[in-house]
Amino acid sequence: MLTVLMQFLFSGITVGAVYALVGLGFNIIYNATSIINLAQGEFVVLGGLLMWFFTESVKLPFFLSVILTLLSAGLIGLLMERLTIRPLRGAELLVMIMITVAVSIVLRGLIMFKFGKDPYGYEPFTSGEPLMIFGAVIQQQVLWVLGITLSLIFLVYLFFNKTMLGKAMSACAVNPLAAKLVGINVSKMIMISFVLSAILGAVGGIAITPISLMEYDKGPALAVKGFCAAIMGGLGQGMGAVVGGFIIGILESLTAGYIHSGFKDAVALVIMLAILVFKPSGIFGSKSVMQVRKF
Amino acid sequence: MKSKKHGFLKFLAVITVLFCFAAKGYSKEPYKIGAIFSVTGPASFLGEPEKNTALMLMDQINKAGGINGHPLEIIVEDSKSAEADAVLAAKKLLEKDNVLAIVGPSTTGESMALVPVMNNAKTPLVSCAAGYPITNPVNERYWIFKTPQYDVSAVEAIYTHMKKHGITKVGIVTIATGFGDAGRKALLDTAPKFGITIVADERYGAKDSDMTTQLTKIKAAGAQAVINWSVGPGQVVITKNWHDLKLGIPLYQSHGWGSKKNIELAGKAAEGVIAPLGRLVVWDKLPDKHPQKALLKKYESDYKARYKGEPGTFGGHAYDAVMMVVEALKKVGPDKAKIRDYIEKNIKKWPGTGGIFNMSEKDHCGLDMTAFEMVTVKNGDWEILK
Repeated sequence: MLTVLMQFLFSGITVGAVYALVGLGFNIIYNATSIINLAQGEFVVLGGLLMWFFTESVKLPFFLSVILTLLSAGLIGLLMERLTIRPLRGAELLVMIMITVAVSIVLRGLIMFKFGKDPYGYEPFTSGEPLMIFGAVIQQQVLWVLGITLSLIFLVYLFFNKTMLGKAMSACAVNPLAAKLVGINVSKMIMISFVLSAILGAVGGIAITPISLMEYDKGPALAVKGFCAAIMGGLGQGMGAVVGGFIIGILESLTAGYIHSGFKDAVALVIMLAILVFKPSGIFGSKSVMQVRKF
Repeated sequence: MKSKKHGFLKFLAVITVLFCFAAKGYSKEPYKIGAIFSVTGPASFLGEPEKNTALMLMDQINKAGGINGHPLEIIVEDSKSAEADAVLAAKKLLEKDNVLAIVGPSTTGESMALVPVMNNAKTPLVSCAAGYPITNPVNERYWIFKTPQYDVSAVEAIYTHMKKHGITKVGIVTIATGFGDAGRKALLDTAPKFGITIVADERYGAKDSDMTTQLTKIKAAGAQAVINWSVGPGQVVITKNWHDLKLGIPLYQSHGWGSKKNIELAGKAAEGVIAPLGRLVVWDKLPDKHPQKALLKKYESDYKARYKGEPGTFGGHAYDAVMMVVEALKKVGPDKAKIRDYIEKNIKKWPGTGGIFNMSEKDHCGLDMTAFEMVTVKNGDWEILK
């Protein structure tokens, strides 16, 4: 029985790590702009598919492919900000969010033209048998995803709390006008935040594609769950997205295991709603910050 | 002014005549067939190869001189995988283009939406979707045919194989889409007939990235085999999970498994997976005298040469649908009622990509479980199980 429970937990951790990585991407743009970037899922897809393109199609070495993938994703994030967000600066926040939806649809279309509708995958980072813990199986790639997620949280934390650039970025979100008055280049900060979150999304895509495969229309599904993870943990809280992601993943898996797999999405989302009813700012969010921000 | 206008009309007339001669000397008017496929939307993995196949056949037939000297014109409409758009497309084809027959749509839902439309218009429809109710009850589906094998036939093929190997307790896992729903129903309904007990009945979402929970549960429930019913990346993910967990029980897939791409993506995890597949994917392993071999070979190589991809089982459904209508047109000419009668009465022992068709008044699909071969994966390639 323990083995079965362990297997359910591992499955939940596998899925949860994916949600956590996506959720983290939402937080960066949110922290800098208060915008919810609903094209975040497409950056994850881009990460996976570009990585496939560089390693399997162009046959470049692994690390070079990673760098090229991240650069391309960053560039696309930059273009997105320059072409769609910047011209509309000063528009309502809600309008901006709608724009990100439009971008996600356009990106999905472009990805479909380039890659078609088939799923893609490549070898895990390290080959070898999956690990056995208490008789339950966990894929090596899941450990990679976990490791990458944890180090990214650490880096994101350092960036927003210990560097000038990161602090300046958070200031932009809280009050753009005041940030401008103290000499912060707000438009540059917004641009950087889009580049960063595109790269973060791409990292996620690179890491999860060997587990779940990647196809052009996986973005919205990833974005919804990642977004849930982010708001459950408290929007803008790096650690929150991760905890939220794992909670949702594990709940889904336990529901599938002990109740029925048909209910897994519903139960996880109902529990998320319940948490938000009792603590609207999310697990790690603070009430006072919520009141200052528009979303 | 008047003479000038007449001059222009004359000029137009001359040009038109010239064009008629230029078009390979067709003097007869074209035969128009409508085609409705889910070229975009969630079912586009069906619609795309179907559209490609229909257009390829049209070019091939016209290059070879058309149908009794009449050029063939296939007008393809995109239903966007939606019932309402399929109905609109059918109305446009029937009323504006005056087509003689329609092939498609790609999905069961869209095909069902067209049943009353086609019955009212008294025009034959050859659907490319698999659902049982598309052609049943037959007396209410006078104008409706379909080319894909029934889901039930694929299930029967699997259960027959299981029975032969002494498997009686089975766990099923199905994708939460129309394809999975139909498969799940067929699996549950048919099991008692073969003395098979379903000990676990699990589901998963189309974009899920891990199914170890479902598989663990199935194994814990005492199943002797797992059947997965899905199309898309889910069937690869589940194959990898099955391999990683070392469940020690065989994995059966549905007839949606028949793409080389799945073997590539699953790698060595795919070894030993069993599935009932149409003969399109294993044509090179058929005996030379098999009636389907030559046409499968030609279809696959033509398709690959033109589109740089596999046609897959789904493209084959459109091939069969178009060729049935074309043969009827060749024999009976542009008469909707006669085309219908020809398909019902004369498509017998008719080799297509999906199997050897035997249409009748009682069966507007004409395929049973003999349309499938039980195929396993061995050394990264398909192998027919005897």
